Amino acid sequence: MLIKRPDDMTDNDVTDFDVYQRRRDFLKTLGGIALLGASGLPLMAQAKSTFSTDEEQTPYKDVTTYNNFYEFGTDKSDPAEYAGSLQTSPWSVTVDGECENPGKLTLEDLLKPHSTEERIYRLRCVEGWSMVIPWMGFPLADLLKRFNPTSKAKYVRFETLFDPKQMPGQQRSVLDWPYAEGLRMDEAMHPLTFMATGLYGKNLPNQNGAPLRLVVPWKYGFKSIKSIVKISFLEQQPATSWGRSAPGEYGFYSNVNPEVDHPRWSQKRERRIGEFRKRETLMFNGYDQVASLYSGMDLRKNF
Amino acid sequence: MQVREPYFTKVFKPAVFVLAFMPLVWLAWGAWQEELGANPIETITRSLGEWTLRFLLLTLLISPLRRATGWVQGVRLRRMLGLFAFFYGTLHLFSYLWLDQFYDWGEIWKDILKRPFITVGMLAFLLMTPLALTSFKKAMRKLGRNWQRLHTLIYPLTMLGALHFWWLAESKSRLAMPLLYSVLLAILLGERVFRWLQKKGAWRLELPGMLRRS
Repeated sequence: MLIKRPDDMTDNDVTDFDVYQRRRDFLKTLGGIALLGASGLPLMAQAKSTFSTDEEQTPYKDVTTYNNFYEFGTDKSDPAEYAGSLQTSPWSVTVDGECENPGKLTLEDLLKPHSTEERIYRLRCVEGWSMVIPWMGFPLADLLKRFNPTSKAKYVRFETLFDPKQMPGQQRSVLDWPYAEGLRMDEAMHPLTFMATGLYGKNLPNQNGAPLRLVVPWKYGFKSIKSIVKISFLEQQPATSWGRSAPGEYGFYSNVNPEVDHPRWSQKRERRIGEFRKRETLMFNGYDQVASLYSGMDLRKNF
Repeated sequence: MQVREPYFTKVFKPAVFVLAFMPLVWLAWGAWQEELGANPIETITRSLGEWTLRFLLLTLLISPLRRATGWVQGVRLRRMLGLFAFFYGTLHLFSYLWLDQFYDWGEIWKDILKRPFITVGMLAFLLMTPLALTSFKKAMRKLGRNWQRLHTLIYPLTMLGALHFWWLAESKSRLAMPLLYSVLLAILLGERVFRWLQKKGAWRLELPGMLRRS
């Protein structure tokens, strides 16, 4: 094939590389502004949290259709299918136990003092899969401090709504309803521990634990209790739903730990949703900053 | 209730053969169309395992069905159904060895020793292998009465398969399907035990021939 060169063009007519580069930058900026405009101002106003990971995020569709939320059924697809029956408004949360300001708050009153921020966290399920999820919410510590926990408050217990009409999965006794979880006070006050009200910049879908859920990224996913209606400050370590169901399999701490296997499967590796090969599971799910909370503890015994 | 010849050989049996491939076709199509959910590999492994168990149960259904309905032709499908159980069992095993463990033999060996549900799963597959290898006519003739004896292994191996599924399911939570398969298996095995007891009882009592149940 003969390639004809127009003879009225010289090398001088070729766009200078520098100009070419600047033009690209200009277009990129333009595109960026358009994107930010479309995604809404709240995201622009906040700097990215230093706690956030920059790993590739799990697609919204996977985050909202592959869920363990037994209140709506035990299949991964059940919550997305059946959680529509959950009424998240009106919603109230009872705070009681070892604190100076107990009470029952409407969701609006509970959320009012907090500005939301984004946290992109890894989530590692005890079943051996993981996701990266951009949560919206605020640190749990900011919430707990408002109730002035006393010196007796050594643990915090959380409870999910119990209403078999709204949560049909509760009609079967697959777990000890209502779902209950707990944290040691220092774990609860850790800056990583997060109260989520949204994900991907939107309100939490019901199947992900609307309207209010816990996110503890260095622990297996089942610790991050969903649809919370009660928070209690306690002196004694509370029982948890999974701990009651199978004490030998689910401990109170349930920190992500590749060295301590679940009795029925290995915890050494995990499948990041969307990936083919498995990856190595990291101690504390890669959140090494929490290691000091457990110094001197035998994590094999305190699994 | 019999399918007339040559329709049984020419149409019915080939149709069952094609039908038995459908779970695999469905999985392949789902993987291609990305319709197997957020964790397609888990879906594939579990589905292959369940189909193994289903084909084992179908294989075990043939004889009781004949006794209950007089449908003798089913026996001519039994080897095929059993081989499909082995086929899906092999795929199930390889989905574990490859997609789950990526042939990390050290980890696999640890898994077999440490985790009872893997141990019984492997054992079930191990017991299934000689049955598949001796499924052709020549082996049948060569082994004679021992062939029959060897193939009673299907009873313990199916029980191990059901147990494998049972132990996989999380404690107290996802037992609906394992329970269903176990109940079906109990019925199929129960029918055999019942007949055996009847037969034995009849012999012990040395009833006159005309009273003896056939």
